[in-house]
Amino acid sequence: MVKSPDIDTVWQWLDQVPDPEIPVISLVDLGIVRDVAYQGDRLRITLSPTYSGCPATRVIEEDVRTAMRDHGIEQVIINQQISPPWTTDWMSDKGKAKLQDYGIAPPSAKGQPEACPICGAGAVSLVSQFGSTPCKAHWRCEECRESFDYFKCI
Amino acid sequence: MGDHLFEFLLRQGDNTLILSHRISEWCGHAPIIEEDIALANIALDLLGQTQMWLGLAAEVEGAGRSADDLAMLRDAWDFRNSILVERPNGDFGQTMMRQFLFDAYHVELLNKLVNSADERIAAIAAKSLKEVEYHVERSASTVIALGDGSEESHARMQAALDDQWTFAGELFETDAGDHALNDAGIAPLPSSLRVGFEVRAMAVLGDATLIIPETTFAHSGGRSGKRHSEHLGHLLTQMQWLQRAYPGATW
Repeated sequence: MVKSPDIDTVWQWLDQVPDPEIPVISLVDLGIVRDVAYQGDRLRITLSPTYSGCPATRVIEEDVRTAMRDHGIEQVIINQQISPPWTTDWMSDKGKAKLQDYGIAPPSAKGQPEACPICGAGAVSLVSQFGSTPCKAHWRCEECRESFDYFKCI
Repeated sequence: MGDHLFEFLLRQGDNTLILSHRISEWCGHAPIIEEDIALANIALDLLGQTQMWLGLAAEVEGAGRSADDLAMLRDAWDFRNSILVERPNGDFGQTMMRQFLFDAYHVELLNKLVNSADERIAAIAAKSLKEVEYHVERSASTVIALGDGSEESHARMQAALDDQWTFAGELFETDAGDHALNDAGIAPLPSSLRVGFEVRAMAVLGDATLIIPETTFAHSGGRSGKRHSEHLGHLLTQMQWLQRAYPGATW
């Protein structure tokens, strides 16, 4: 019988699980892991979907189960929680910095990208409120003329 | 109350399901790739919302059916969506006009449902509202751009509005079940959403240089299930064929 790991250790493991669509950030960075607790002798992990129709939701559940199994935990209860609804405010500063490095403008309180994630220019314009995934909008830099994704605030 | 609640949840889930399916028909066919992606994303949001609404409907019904059963194994007469959302897409302008009329109603409704006395409904509404605020922002700006665009796009948008305005009225139809839910603090009277809808519609359609038809006639029969248009059956044959041909098929 393997000794049950403490909650902080589980959080660290979850911080190693990449988001399937934006693999530079972890599920913890994204802010979708809401709670980790023991329910009896079983681990219960509470997740909040980003968008209600996000096709990655199922993949994320499977990735979490796989990661826990890799650490010797077979019995995991995954609890999907929609209330309170996920918000980009739950994204970690570490996650935002990684998004920026990856070329995706992180969510900003301004409601639009702070700057072009590629050249850093401030002059940017909206192409479409809907980008390559439901969570991103499509923007363009007026300086370097590259288009880029912006992780929109919800 | 249980029957009224089930009916209400079907109306929510069927509106989002049928509109999602209609929009998804554009995937790979939209005029430009940005619009193609946007339409597919909105269809996906609406499908996710459907899962929540029909999931709760199945739970409330308590007859052992799932959200998938409700979506894939009911026939046209059991659907409770408004006729507006089952109508064929037409051209891109007609699709965007329908989207705007629905979004403008949807955002009013969800803004009220977030305060529902039923916590499950309030939670679904809060989740959906964040998405729908982006939907209406986009459909409104597209309607304005096309309405106040070229002579051709203006004419098409006016034709789309003339064609669809009489189908929007059904969204505000109110029956005894709606009164029961309103009395219980669960859902607003659909008729009470009309003012907010019209304020937004007048502002946006005005900016789009379009003229709202004067008629007060409204097509009816979708949300009661009594008289859907002939288009719903055709849509269902396409949407449901896999589950009908291969019952119980899963990924």
